[in-house]
Amino acid sequence: MLQYLALAAILFAIGVFGVLTRRNAIGILMSLELMFNAVNINLVTFNKYVGGDVLAGQIFSLFVIVIAAAEAVVGLAIVLLLYRNWRGIDVDRINVMKW
Amino acid sequence: MLEKAFFIPFYPLLAFLVIVFFTRWKEKLSSGISIAMVLLGFLHSLAVLIAMLGRDGRPLELAYTFIDHPSIKLELGMWIDGLTAVMLMVVTIVSSCVQIYSLGYMKDDPRWSRYYSYLSLFTFSMLGLVIANNFFMIFIFWELVGLTSYLLIGFWFEKKSASDAGKKAFITTRIGDLGFIVGLMILVAYAGTLNYQEVFAKVTSGAIPANIIALAGVFVFCGAVGKSAQFPLHVWLPDAMEGPTPVSALIHAATMVAAGVYLVARAMTLFAGSASAAMVIAVIGMITSFIAATIALTQNDIKRVLAYSTCSQLGYMIMALGLYGVDLAHDPHTHSVGYYAGTFHLMTHAFFKALLFLGAGSVIHAVHTNDINDMGGLSKKMKITTTTFFIASLSIAGIFPLSGFWSKDEIIAATVHHPFFMTVTLLIAFMTAFYMFRLCFMTFTGEPRDKHRFEHAHESPKSMTGPLIALAFLSVFAGWVGLPWLKHGFSWFVYHGEHQVHHPNYILMVVSTVVALSGIGLAYLVYYKKAISADAIAERFKPLYKLSFNKWYFDEIYDAVIIKPVLGFTRVLWWFDANIIDGAVNGSGWLTVKWSDLKMWFDKYIIDGAVNGLGYICQAGSWALKFIQSGSVQFYALFMLGSAVGFVIYRVTPDGFYYYLAGVVILALARLLSRISRTNRLKTEPDIEG
Repeated sequence: MLQYLALAAILFAIGVFGVLTRRNAIGILMSLELMFNAVNINLVTFNKYVGGDVLAGQIFSLFVIVIAAAEAVVGLAIVLLLYRNWRGIDVDRINVMKW
Repeated sequence: MLEKAFFIPFYPLLAFLVIVFFTRWKEKLSSGISIAMVLLGFLHSLAVLIAMLGRDGRPLELAYTFIDHPSIKLELGMWIDGLTAVMLMVVTIVSSCVQIYSLGYMKDDPRWSRYYSYLSLFTFSMLGLVIANNFFMIFIFWELVGLTSYLLIGFWFEKKSASDAGKKAFITTRIGDLGFIVGLMILVAYAGTLNYQEVFAKVTSGAIPANIIALAGVFVFCGAVGKSAQFPLHVWLPDAMEGPTPVSALIHAATMVAAGVYLVARAMTLFAGSASAAMVIAVIGMITSFIAATIALTQNDIKRVLAYSTCSQLGYMIMALGLYGVDLAHDPHTHSVGYYAGTFHLMTHAFFKALLFLGAGSVIHAVHTNDINDMGGLSKKMKITTTTFFIASLSIAGIFPLSGFWSKDEIIAATVHHPFFMTVTLLIAFMTAFYMFRLCFMTFTGEPRDKHRFEHAHESPKSMTGPLIALAFLSVFAGWVGLPWLKHGFSWFVYHGEHQVHHPNYILMVVSTVVALSGIGLAYLVYYKKAISADAIAERFKPLYKLSFNKWYFDEIYDAVIIKPVLGFTRVLWWFDANIIDGAVNGSGWLTVKWSDLKMWFDKYIIDGAVNGLGYICQAGSWALKFIQSGSVQFYALFMLGSAVGFVIYRVTPDGFYYYLAGVVILALARLLSRISRTNRLKTEPDIEG
């Protein structure tokens, strides 16, 4: 079990690092997908080892995958609009939504 | 009718209310109502008198208790005995006569309705006073008669002297009333009740210490001194003659001033509880009687002579009652006739003195002056007035068989055990006969001294002569109810303690008749025959004459001893008020202003400063915190991550959380510094934002 959890933790850490450090909006979305996947692995793992006969973890991860796909659509649409308005998708420059 | 006797005072009260509220503008109707109501009261009083005669003067008491407490009991009630029944008759008869008489005398007065409403109010108060069954009620009505007396003395208030006289009467009697109320307080404190019979029972049973009885007696007597114009508070009565003459007859001769005598008679048990208190009463009565008689000898104002005569006669009654008290205190089974004499004289005096005043009013109405030096010879013009006036004068002088003879005789009889009092009493009787006939002769006989006034003099209208005749009738016959030969006469009906039968004293009758006749004879010689010159006598006894003419300088003495010092004292008080009190008030005002200035400063800078400072701190803090909202999505994500990690650390190891927090802050500051330096560097580079 530990190796699965370690894999999920490493994946999640990589995802967090990517979200926090990537300047490219596409890269951030991709890192987000990594975090989702880390969560999914976690869910499946726990379901397999401590969840008993119920398949709640597996089913929940399916939901997460679907929702993540929908979220990626919204995210990419925002990125597209950002590109049109800023002529670029460098998130460092996109900081006008403040005080 | 007897049980309903408490209605009697309410008839005039009704008249008063109706006149004041409804018929004020209908003058004839107002006077009609007033007279009708007092006549109704008279009829009712007559029924009560007959009923009382039927039960030999056995008393009747009806009372409603409205405060019943061990320390004080107050009632509204009536007490009817022989004295009350007689007083009811006296008050209603005199009041009726005066009201009818006023129809003529007050003709064309602009305040006619008001006059009649006052008379009704007065009659109500006086009837209430005599019918009361306790000291509390008598005190209320006592003050009410004082009020109406004040209103009526000052009825012609446009005249300064009239309004001054009203004030003088009110204030002087108030001094006596102060004593009265103090006496009542003593009675309440020691007896716990003000009901006559209960107080008297406590007095006779010895429940109240003897010295307290004496004290209460003297204080209660103060009230009588004020109201009955006794020395030293007699000064108001002569001035009260400023009022309309019928008022003088009703209030200041026949009824109200008799209230003091009535009080002494009513509270006789209280006064007789202490020989010294009774002696004080007798001495005060004698002094008043003597002083007033001597003053009356030389006065020239017809009403003032009568006023001093009233004082003198009231003193007579008070003296007789006081002597009875003295005798009773020494011997509970005394045969002294003082009580009977005082009350009997109270009744007869009311009739003939009212007649004298109304007669004087008739004269004044005819000649429009009060000064007897401007009169003379009026008997030719005013037959009825002259006849009735002479009848009244004979009566007051004590000539057989007029009513004054019988009552005055009893007063002399009351002094038989007190030789000094007897001497003075006879001397006063002599002076009374003299000054009354001096007045008669100077007014009605001889040559007219003022031709012009004499020409215009005329007999008064029937509304005025009618009451004169009625009162003359009473002046002759009223005294016959007390004929000494009657077994069940006045003394059987009006008594103190037990029924008294007394016997005629022929020696006294002869002596008093001789004294009266010699007084009249001297007056006849001096003022009718002019055999002796009045001026020569006055010149011969100049100091005495001046003393009498100036009324023993009482007004001057009071002015110097009381009024001037009081006024001086008030000036000092005014100065104190204007400088010290006002200074203190203004000073405290000034201090308040200064203090509020100080508080305003505090408010403005300390309180407002605190409030504004707090707002400013908030503003500054939020200005600093707003930089957290940097607009960078990644910074937000970092913040969320840092918070989540911090939370986990806090749950695992709280101490480590602070190290974590410190690390985060240091990192943030380092990042901020590097950001600032980088921004400065970027300023030099070209802006590519598009």
